[in-house]
Amino acid sequence: MLQSEAKMKPIWYFVGLVLFSIGFIILLSGLYHLFVPHTTHKVLAHLYPDVWWGGLMTVSGVVFILLSRKSVVE
Amino acid sequence: MYGLGLSLVDWLIIAIYFGFVLGIGFYLRRFTRSDEDFFLAGRKNSSWVAGLAFLSANLGALELLGMTGNSFKYGMYVAHFYWIGAIPAMLFLGIYMMPFYYSSRIKSVPGYLKLRFDEKTRVLNAIAFAVMTLLVSGINLYAMALVLHTFLGWNWDISMWASAATVALYVSLSGLMSAIFTEIIQFFLIWFGLFLVAILGVIEVGGIQEVFNRVPEAYARLWANSADPSQNGMMVTWGGIVLGLGFVLSFGYWTTDFLVVQRAFSAKDLRSARMAPVIASFFKMALPFIVVIGGLVALVLSRDPNSGFSLLHDGSKINYDSALPMLIARYYPTGLVGLGITALLAGFMAGQAGNISAFNTVWTYDIYHSVINRNASSAHLLWMGRVATIAGILISVVTAYWAKSMPTIMDYMQAIFSWVNAPLFATMLLGMFVKWITPNGAFWGLLAGMTSSFTMFLAVRFHWIAKSTITLSRVASDMAANFWRAWWAWLICFGVTILVSLFTEKKPEKELVGLVKGLTDETVDQPVPLLKKPEFWAIISFVVLVILNIYFW
Repeated sequence: MLQSEAKMKPIWYFVGLVLFSIGFIILLSGLYHLFVPHTTHKVLAHLYPDVWWGGLMTVSGVVFILLSRKSVVE
Repeated sequence: MYGLGLSLVDWLIIAIYFGFVLGIGFYLRRFTRSDEDFFLAGRKNSSWVAGLAFLSANLGALELLGMTGNSFKYGMYVAHFYWIGAIPAMLFLGIYMMPFYYSSRIKSVPGYLKLRFDEKTRVLNAIAFAVMTLLVSGINLYAMALVLHTFLGWNWDISMWASAATVALYVSLSGLMSAIFTEIIQFFLIWFGLFLVAILGVIEVGGIQEVFNRVPEAYARLWANSADPSQNGMMVTWGGIVLGLGFVLSFGYWTTDFLVVQRAFSAKDLRSARMAPVIASFFKMALPFIVVIGGLVALVLSRDPNSGFSLLHDGSKINYDSALPMLIARYYPTGLVGLGITALLAGFMAGQAGNISAFNTVWTYDIYHSVINRNASSAHLLWMGRVATIAGILISVVTAYWAKSMPTIMDYMQAIFSWVNAPLFATMLLGMFVKWITPNGAFWGLLAGMTSSFTMFLAVRFHWIAKSTITLSRVASDMAANFWRAWWAWLICFGVTILVSLFTEKKPEKELVGLVKGLTDETVDQPVPLLKKPEFWAIISFVVLVILNIYFW
């Protein structure tokens, strides 16, 4: 009975969780390496792609989670 | 072996991905109660979910690696696979074919053949599709292990068994629904994980125009060098591109291959099912901005001796597939490397799940339920779907070991599609749009098309005939031979189907209502506003396609 009453979260909610989790880790890693530089040199490292790309993923994840947190699949 | 070098953060990101896909499989299991839930995701997906899954089922990591490498090798010509080689077919499926597929409430493409023609045509196609799917699935598995071993130094057996076990677990738990969920997650991971490579590459070279300025002119053009095959790297004429790739292979794949069409079948209503390939077409058109730009950036850098960039070599041969991983290694710091690898892993595993979820459906409905056990209940079919999933994965693993012992089998991958899909497209086209085509016409036409394609492949492979006999040109690549073989197989199937139909018994018209144009109500959709009409967005998509082709002419 309980099973039949369960409501399924939409895929967008899980997309948000994945983007947020991974993006936030990349962002934190990027911020850490602002203070402790990478030991291996990467081309265009001075643009800090991990910081802004990780940030973009984090924000995208939050947007997906907020937009779908109350939705269920009928 | 080349090590990209993963840090703890990169491993953490990979572990999060695995945790999510397994967790989603367990989460969705409670919503998988009937065979329709398992095989068609309960037919409750929106057009966006069905559309992105439709595209993602085709968006494997092998394709991303291979097409980036091909862009390094052939230049802009690779965009033909994404534009003329995909978009017209996707729009045709959405606008003209989906009403027949969806309205007949079939559960698979062979299921349509049963309704339109007869059981023997359905079983012929089902067996060919099942064999093709498992073969492709096994070769994909082998290729994945090879890539992970080459670029990450991972153990061949462990990476293959770990990914196979993960896919087996989440697909057997909730079938197509979990396959679709992971495909959509893969779609976002691929864009976030790999688009940045192209962005950083363009920034380093100095802008998109500079990228085109610094490659040979033939590499920056789509059609300008297509009249003479010796003037383009792919060694194919515009005729081969248009007839072989743009018409037969593309339409054969996108409109009849159950792997992709199954995603549209999972839509909640006809309008959503029709919108699915139309939505997918926009994202398909955008993919060259990852693969072609990435390949051209790699080409520019490798031509610049000061860049310090080069592709890997296997002995004396250049490993073109290394273009994308080498760019990742060049630009991505800790964390982003994990994201890039996760995107590739997600692509491999979602492709695997796509093959297996299509296989278990065709096996269960079109072979097991149709031939072996006609009285099976819904619960029994659900059980059989789970068994077929495990069995399909095990056969794929065996095929992967076979491919490992015989690596030349990789060369057959492209050819497989021209054996099965190219003739099937002729059968479908005639079946949906010509009401006097008979069951025997369809069966013998399909058999003749498949047999002739396979025979042509063997004839060229073992030098019984010259490649140029098939391609009608002095010089020709294997790819050109694939394009032309597909065209001839389609033509043979088309001709034999019509010829046999002229002399054999037709099905009564009342049995074809809803399956054939002319016998089906034209008002296929509820009246909806212009902005929700599939036709409106299909026109926009087609206009964008034309503009892209003219711009890069």
